[in-house]
Amino acid sequence: MREAHAAHEAHAALQHQFDTLEQQKEASTLGMWIFLVTEIMFFGGLFCAYLIHRRQAYEGFAEASFALDVGLGAFNTAVLIGSSLTMALAVWAAQVGRRKACFGLLLVTIALGSVFLGVKVIEYSHKFHEHHVPGPHFHWEGTYPEAAEVFYSLYFAMTGLHALHMVAGIGVLAALLWPAWKGRYSAAYHNPVELTGLYWHFVDIVWIFLFPLLYLIGRHH
Amino acid sequence: MTIATTHPDPAQAATRSYLGGGGWDLKSWLLTRDHKRIAILYVISITLFFFLGALGALLVRLELLTPAGDMVQADTYNRLFTLHGVIMVFFFLIPSIPATLGNFLVPIMIGAKDLAFPRINLASWYLYNLAGFLVLWAILLGGVDTGWTFYTPFSTTYSNSYVTLTIVAVFLNGFSSIFTGLNFIVTIHRMRAPGLTWFRLPLFIWAHYATSLIIVLGTPVVAITLALVAVERTLHIGIFDPALGGDPVLFQHLFWFYSHPAVYIMILPSMGVISELVAAFARKRVFGYHFVAFASIAIAVLGFLVWGHHMFVSGQSAYAGMVFSVLSMLVAIPSAVKVFNWTATLYQGSISRETPMLYALGFIGLFTIGGMTGVMLATMGIDVHVHDTYFVVAHFHYIMVGGAIMGYLGGLHYWWPKMTGRLYPAFWSRISAILVFLGFNLTFFPQFVLGYMGMPRRYWAYPPEFQVLNVLSTAGATILGVGYLLPFTYLFWSLKYGQRASDNPWGATGLEWETTSPPPTENFLTPPVVTKDAYDYSDFDEGAERRPHLAREEEEYA
Amino acid sequence: MSLHVVPRRVYYWIFTALMLGTALTVAAAFVDLSAATGVPGLNDVVMLAIAVAKAVLVVLFFMHVKYSGRLTALTVLSGVLFLVILLTITLSDYLTRGVL
Repeated sequence: MREAHAAHEAHAALQHQFDTLEQQKEASTLGMWIFLVTEIMFFGGLFCAYLIHRRQAYEGFAEASFALDVGLGAFNTAVLIGSSLTMALAVWAAQVGRRKACFGLLLVTIALGSVFLGVKVIEYSHKFHEHHVPGPHFHWEGTYPEAAEVFYSLYFAMTGLHALHMVAGIGVLAALLWPAWKGRYSAAYHNPVELTGLYWHFVDIVWIFLFPLLYLIGRHH
Repeated sequence: MTIATTHPDPAQAATRSYLGGGGWDLKSWLLTRDHKRIAILYVISITLFFFLGALGALLVRLELLTPAGDMVQADTYNRLFTLHGVIMVFFFLIPSIPATLGNFLVPIMIGAKDLAFPRINLASWYLYNLAGFLVLWAILLGGVDTGWTFYTPFSTTYSNSYVTLTIVAVFLNGFSSIFTGLNFIVTIHRMRAPGLTWFRLPLFIWAHYATSLIIVLGTPVVAITLALVAVERTLHIGIFDPALGGDPVLFQHLFWFYSHPAVYIMILPSMGVISELVAAFARKRVFGYHFVAFASIAIAVLGFLVWGHHMFVSGQSAYAGMVFSVLSMLVAIPSAVKVFNWTATLYQGSISRETPMLYALGFIGLFTIGGMTGVMLATMGIDVHVHDTYFVVAHFHYIMVGGAIMGYLGGLHYWWPKMTGRLYPAFWSRISAILVFLGFNLTFFPQFVLGYMGMPRRYWAYPPEFQVLNVLSTAGATILGVGYLLPFTYLFWSLKYGQRASDNPWGATGLEWETTSPPPTENFLTPPVVTKDAYDYSDFDEGAERRPHLAREEEEYA
Repeated sequence: MSLHVVPRRVYYWIFTALMLGTALTVAAAFVDLSAATGVPGLNDVVMLAIAVAKAVLVVLFFMHVKYSGRLTALTVLSGVLFLVILLTITLSDYLTRGVL
């Protein structure tokens, strides 16, 4: 009975341009991967700007980076990796048709993502109060003010873009909650969860690089 | 033996056609998911922008009739050539063939019902128009004076024009482009008809596949770079402005990483068209099919390794300049391979001088000149002399106009009967092809000489000894303009008064010619199965109508 | 229907590896590896190497690339390749300024 219901749900999801649900799944999965490639290049431009500027002003970058809170950064890294675990488990739950587990795991993923964003809000407000936000109110007390402003421009650009992607990701996850609760996902049809997972893991990978590059420059000095 | 591919009753055909036949339901067009309708919507949009960009060019050429800057002010002149560049590059050339002919033909040529993601396709068109609206607004407010290249720190710090607004427009347009590219890649990988292996695909598909690879890999980089320029301009931070600790050469690296491959986005689809035209009007399979297919991929990949040839005098290292110079020579090779293969296709072919073929022949000659001058520019020593002169302007117009636009016009004429069900008037189409060819050469050949003699580009005044060549160039531009206005007029006219077209007026091979003109919404009444290679003219009989080379599931033989 | 369900314990192991990697990265950041070994820039290399390793684990296991077809792997590699092209060729300009 559950299989028949699942099959019916699956069939209803077949779009007119595809011949089979398998073809649709293959196409949408490839589509998501290509979108992620565009995201690699999108963030990549920022990484390139960061790389060149860091090379040109290493001392200044190290000094600027020191004013970031490594503890909060490391905590956030752990939170995001945790959310990737719960996301992967949510995909598993969808694949085996465990609707309550799927719902719960999606919810936890959203919660962890929100914790991450909450910490970022705290960090940004610290920066705001310390006058480390680039622009008219920027004020740097150290040796390399020019490099510090460049560093923080890139810091806000990169973590800001990342945070925007997190917000979008949480939005998409939220949209999955209702269908998950209704038991729409099963072995026959679970691609939306899988594809959201791909996106979420990608955003995690970006942070895996951002954290050491931004927070851990020259800490040994 | 007759295979019923035509509908004897035009009224019946009209009601089943994707065009709708009869009334014009605006909502069904504006909310369509049909790739064919989206293609038509795009034809309308990019035509409007083409003529806007052409207007910019016209005003530039009028100013350049006289050596003194006497028609407009210098600042206005900067805004005019920027308008021309921004509109023509981003709003015409990049989307042109892929969004129109590509959107229409890619699913049909591979036997699919639509693209993989029809809603993303429609979103692409809406994004294009939103971007278009923003750029129009920027122009009406006063425009931008940075050149389409937005070099820093002028664009970030010193320009007093609507840079940020224009950048937002270009940024959105970039995503419109990415949506198209993503759609094509997935469609070509996952939705080919049974029997349609990669090496049976029309070369038009290979070209669009290669183009789409470039789009998805390159466009995001220029998007984030321009976003940084806008942020820098607004917040006065120093990523690219040296006065604030920034690096202007870094901007150029990031900008040209996309903008060089972008020129291959502009030319590859056109090359795909030429492969189709040459095969159809020489009645021969394309010589060296595999080489042409691989050449498309090679151009896409190699095109990403050469961007520094735009930066020989920027302050980049001499070592980097040398490497970019050598790699740029390499990227010319696959282009040359294509030209040789098209020429070999023509050899001993049964050539007919239909208008699309005239454009294809024009392309082969003009693209070769453009390409050869490109190799000259890749030679660092020459480039140092002619950088930022009219030599460069002439080079890229030979490729963009003599190449890309001729391909677009050739393709538009070739597939016009398929898309609209009407034939265009042959006489006027030949006249305009000739006018375009003559006008084009008169406009741009003198510019090679001007550039070599030292006339800088983007200058609104010049020494008197350059006037004769400038006058010739402007005269050519006028003829070219007439050459473009004619198709605009007669193609439009043909929609109502043109002779009705059969399924395959050219007797060409290809799945698109095996369905009705215009096609039904679902593209094929019965899903095709492919059994033969592309361009199979082996059973061609001069004067006889083409027989389809593919099997159908329920066809009956008399 | 090609459905490959990855056992949950695989995910737990990868999670553990990722957390260990993070701890290692943070710890190593506070030690001057260049001074200890005489290899210049070693801190940066180690940090990047751990990040790359973590990314590879996420891609292969969380994103199921290990269980997917050739096309998926090719797509990922293309993205990485062209990013590497952007970074290395741009960097090569700066590294060779003043050399010739």
